[in-house]
Amino acid sequence: MTDNMALSTTTDPPVRTDSAGIDTEIVVATSALTKRYGERAAVDSVDMTVRRGEIYGFLGPNGAGKTTTLRMILGLIRPTSGSVRVLGRPAGSRESSSSTGALIEGPGFFPYLSGRANLRTLARHRGLSDRCVEEVLDRVGLVDRGDDAYKSYSLGMKQRLGVAAALLGDPDLIVLDEPTNGLDPSSMADMRALIVDLARSGHTVILSSHLLGEVQEICDRVGVIANGRLVRESAVSTLLGDALLKVRGVPQDRVISIASDLAGENGFEIDGDAVLLDLPPERAPDVVRALVAAEVAVSSIGPTERTLEDVFFEMTTTSAPMKGL
Amino acid sequence: MSASTLRSPTSTATDGVGRNTVARSVRAELFRLRAWPAMWATLGTWFLLAAVFGYVFPYISYTTGSAGFSTEGQPAAALLREILPESIPDVLVQGTPLFGGALVLVLGALVAGNGYSWGTWKTVFTHGRLRPTIGALLALALIVAAVVVLTAMLCTIISVTLATIESQPLVWPSATDLLRSAGTAYLVFLMWAAIGFALGTYARSAALSVGLGLVWTLVVENLLRGVGSALPLVQDVTAFLPGTAAGSLVGAVTGAGAGTPGVVDVISGPRAAVTVIVYLVIAVVTTGSLVRRRDVN
Repeated sequence: MTDNMALSTTTDPPVRTDSAGIDTEIVVATSALTKRYGERAAVDSVDMTVRRGEIYGFLGPNGAGKTTTLRMILGLIRPTSGSVRVLGRPAGSRESSSSTGALIEGPGFFPYLSGRANLRTLARHRGLSDRCVEEVLDRVGLVDRGDDAYKSYSLGMKQRLGVAAALLGDPDLIVLDEPTNGLDPSSMADMRALIVDLARSGHTVILSSHLLGEVQEICDRVGVIANGRLVRESAVSTLLGDALLKVRGVPQDRVISIASDLAGENGFEIDGDAVLLDLPPERAPDVVRALVAAEVAVSSIGPTERTLEDVFFEMTTTSAPMKGL
Repeated sequence: MSASTLRSPTSTATDGVGRNTVARSVRAELFRLRAWPAMWATLGTWFLLAAVFGYVFPYISYTTGSAGFSTEGQPAAALLREILPESIPDVLVQGTPLFGGALVLVLGALVAGNGYSWGTWKTVFTHGRLRPTIGALLALALIVAAVVVLTAMLCTIISVTLATIESQPLVWPSATDLLRSAGTAYLVFLMWAAIGFALGTYARSAALSVGLGLVWTLVVENLLRGVGSALPLVQDVTAFLPGTAAGSLVGAVTGAGAGTPGVVDVISGPRAAVTVIVYLVIAVVTTGSLVRRRDVN
């Protein structure tokens, strides 16, 4: 189940089409996308939509079908059934692949070449100039180490070179599978800033990551896949919902009684010694007034938000046994 | 930096299998292959073996009067003639059916197989599969052509040096003989390189494809030819094998029965040439089909 339909009635931009009548605002659209290996469905009827200029977080436990889906988007794997359209063209077509850059399941480079020579090899394959290589090296902070052999790079440097390769040719769509893997905290922050900058300059980014805080911070929308099925696709803000009011006070049973009166029977939940009320932060004075009138000793009250991690665990543990993140 | 500066004027060009796009991939493959130590080690081994078996051993046999496995029974004058410039066409091609073919098969298997082991094909195939594969095959064909030319130059340098040492007149082979020999060597090398590339693509591993290829070229075909001498059915089959075709083609150029390992006279020269070309085409088509149809994992 996805909330595509709900979103499409409220937040979809006007449809823009090119001269061929292709919706230019939809960068990736999959329809009942399925990949089977024997009897096992690695990806099962996935309908996924990525819009132009957004950072789309693609989440799921290990083995959920993320990388298989991404490989089908890149045309590296053929679907068993269903379809993928990238930039309005079939995945893997020369029109779509020439406008796509990717770092998929770790970087793949010639170990005996330097980082710069590796990128120059890729650039030659695509008819790009050496100037493009210098620009992407600069963008990922590898200009000074560009002449070192790739085999001497740290894991983080290899990842950055992989991202540089994805940026070659200034593609419209950039698919990044765990781009911050192996990066130190400073480099991770730089990578997040780079991804945000790419989106601001009109690129569309699909980001697969296990770092949910990172996804929550920079992604506009997310798709969550579990057991091969897309269990949710929505804006991050929609997924997280409104802010809640978190109240601590004794006796807690009176707090719960007040919470039930103000937020309704299904409008609160108990979180340890606190009670979470599904009320907007501006209702805090009403809540405090009611608590004081009921002689509750209030120790704290304030707004709190659910994290993407909370939502992710809710969705993936209810839809499938977790195999780890 | 603005994003637009990253795009070169040519980056939006079509990425199909046109002449220009394939030429880009040939350039890319040559760029990375020329810096690959494994390629130079493989080709260096060929040059070393060609010099040792083509000139060093025959010259030692000539100067010491001892007989090697390929020189037994030959008069001194014949031994001397083998290492003089007039015999360059024979020396150029005589090592190609056995160790020469095996070495370029290894090269082809490494070029294709290591790309899967390192994940580089995955990176390259994101922007199309067939074009870079054709580019790699053509780059391999150019390298093999360069190897034949360099081998001819090596043979020339060594034979002229030996002729000078032995105070022999410089008698050059005819251009026709030299071209026929170089063409034969090129065809044999091309076939084995393409077979190696197909094996590397099939196995998606350098080690497995090199192992399988070497066992076939150095062991299986020789065993089958041995068994074939007793079993006519097996003998008929061996006439269609790539090693037999390569050996027969070289045998047609040098004269079969010269005692050179791998050189045979099982089938005629023209039939051997056709068989070699058929294997070359099969290897290339198989590679293309595998690359197009299989998932890239």
